[in-house]
Amino acid sequence: MLDLRAWFFTEDAYPYLPDEDSYESVRVNLPNKHFDPNTGADLYNMYLDMWCAADEMGLNIMNNEHHQTATCMVPAAPIMLGILARETNNARLLILGNPVSNRSQPVRVAEEMALIDVISRGRLECGFVRGVPYEIAPANVYPYRGTEKLWEAHDLITRAWTAHDGPFNFEGRWFHARQVNIWPRPFQQPHPPVWVTMGSAGSAAQVAQRGHIGAVFLAGYPRIRDIFDGYRKGYADAHQTEMPIDRLAYCALISVGKTEREGLKGAEKLLWYMTSNKVPLQYANPPGYHSPAVAATMMRGNSSGTGLPTSTTLAEQMARGNVFAGTPDQVYDQIKNFYEYCGGFGNLMMMSQAGFMTFDETLTSMKLFSEDVYPRLKELTSNYDGGQIREIRARLPDVENVNVSSLASEFVR
Amino acid sequence: MTSETSRFVSKHGIEIPLIRRGSGPPVIVLHGGDGPVDHLPFAERISDRFELLYPTHPGFDGTPIPEHFDNLDDLVFLYLDLIDSLDLQEAVLMGFSMGGWLAAEIAVMNTSRFSKLVLVDSVGIKPGGPFDRDITDVFASPAEDLLKATWHDQALAPDLAALTDEELQIVASNRVAHGLYTWEPYMHNPKLKYRLHRIDIPTLLIWGENDGIVTTGYGSALKGLIPNSTLSVIPDAGHHPYVEQPDQFAGRFLEFTIR
Repeated sequence: MLDLRAWFFTEDAYPYLPDEDSYESVRVNLPNKHFDPNTGADLYNMYLDMWCAADEMGLNIMNNEHHQTATCMVPAAPIMLGILARETNNARLLILGNPVSNRSQPVRVAEEMALIDVISRGRLECGFVRGVPYEIAPANVYPYRGTEKLWEAHDLITRAWTAHDGPFNFEGRWFHARQVNIWPRPFQQPHPPVWVTMGSAGSAAQVAQRGHIGAVFLAGYPRIRDIFDGYRKGYADAHQTEMPIDRLAYCALISVGKTEREGLKGAEKLLWYMTSNKVPLQYANPPGYHSPAVAATMMRGNSSGTGLPTSTTLAEQMARGNVFAGTPDQVYDQIKNFYEYCGGFGNLMMMSQAGFMTFDETLTSMKLFSEDVYPRLKELTSNYDGGQIREIRARLPDVENVNVSSLASEFVR
Repeated sequence: MTSETSRFVSKHGIEIPLIRRGSGPPVIVLHGGDGPVDHLPFAERISDRFELLYPTHPGFDGTPIPEHFDNLDDLVFLYLDLIDSLDLQEAVLMGFSMGGWLAAEIAVMNTSRFSKLVLVDSVGIKPGGPFDRDITDVFASPAEDLLKATWHDQALAPDLAALTDEELQIVASNRVAHGLYTWEPYMHNPKLKYRLHRIDIPTLLIWGENDGIVTTGYGSALKGLIPNSTLSVIPDAGHHPYVEQPDQFAGRFLEFTIR
């Protein structure tokens, strides 16, 4: 019996962008003269207050990092999480994640995570991600074989967390550390839960084999079955048992209103996250990140894979299963439909603030969610029965009437 | 002009397609990061005097990147094997751009099989300081800026829109290999400038006057580091003078190699 866990998430945008025609890209090369430190200070504190409010409402907390971008002001997620480790009391603290393919010192990551885990008395959940393509230029790291590199960093970090008898040696393909003996060690034993993002059946199988939580962002109806099926099969093959439902996580934009109109109005504001992601090809398609087939399609100017769909509508994104919005009843029904369609998941990451959505608007939505939606979702998953959901799922045909050409393939990896 | 394609297979099973054209003393031509160029107009002009050996680096033109390959160094040692296996004698070693860097790395190790070295709009060194961008960041440049930097006459640039899906995928694969060999340190080996003095064969640096990827100033810096070298600048040409000015290019090449 596992209750669904909801994770409040905001990307901490700096939404005050200049006229869109005046800049080439919101990522990588937007001059930071457009960042006003006073406004920034207000925003950071507002976002921290939102996370603290999530803690008080009984929601869990998720944060992440990006670099050289107005879409996410946090270039060092562990620093924000370090503050929240001290400022919050009950929430689980998820970082999703550490871009370990782009970071040169995995041991340092192991140390930072152990520190947060100890300060929070064991509330850390630690994600590892390959990172989106626009992170390549800021990191200056060649993305080819990034997934292999991620797993090498993962192996070193998990060993650093679990080795307690003095230094060990690691000399891998990408990382070298010959005297590893971190202080502190993690609070949780043997180590904090690990999450890894996934975007295909193949990448899902690799996460499943290790038994970690597999997280999917905005794959929607068109892709979710393939990815989650890949995880479930990979898990069953590797562990000879059915996957516990808490191994899967899905992230969507979520807005709950007292009325449908209010919920949809909030969702329109959340769409800023997609529509403001103006990124040119050279940052969206660095060599070695995408497969040649995807890279070629992007060079052709096809929208597939070029990033978040900057011209989209709320109706389209709701139809895809990327946005759940409306009254509490409507949002519950939308999530339940998606849940049954994909075969169930135990973690819901909810981007419930983006762009110009205010503190009050966000808290109203969060409160409605936590009071009127969350309890029903917990009940839904606590009644999870693998056989039963497979029957329900079998009655739901594949959603094929959705145009996947503008799907955000940078998340689908 | 007849050409035949053979295949070099390394000790570790890496295959390199090798095109041979013409007859005479061998000229081994190492292509740049854009990949092998099928149509080399200058080649026709020299093939009655030389045999051109034109290999494709692993990862280019649809060939796989070997599992253990990480950077240009892997290419250098692969070519040392290839050159030994061909038993080249008195050959001309020529490289374009990234291939020029590769040729320079080979030459600083051993010139015994070569009579002359030709580096064309070559990368490989960093003349300036940390804050100087000596080589245009081709991976972070918008397509139109890149066209301007690369070509004197942009009409000669390949038209990507005219390519089939399959051909475009090869272009995309070429970019992956190009990035692998040149990403960091970007397009250069910091040690190379302390080694170029070892090149003890006559060296010709051919440069497009309007090259915006590596300027003629970069060519001068390279000349300053290679003992017996001259810099020959071709007007009305960018980064690929052998494509934009094939007659001029062949002329400079022949003048240098035959004299």
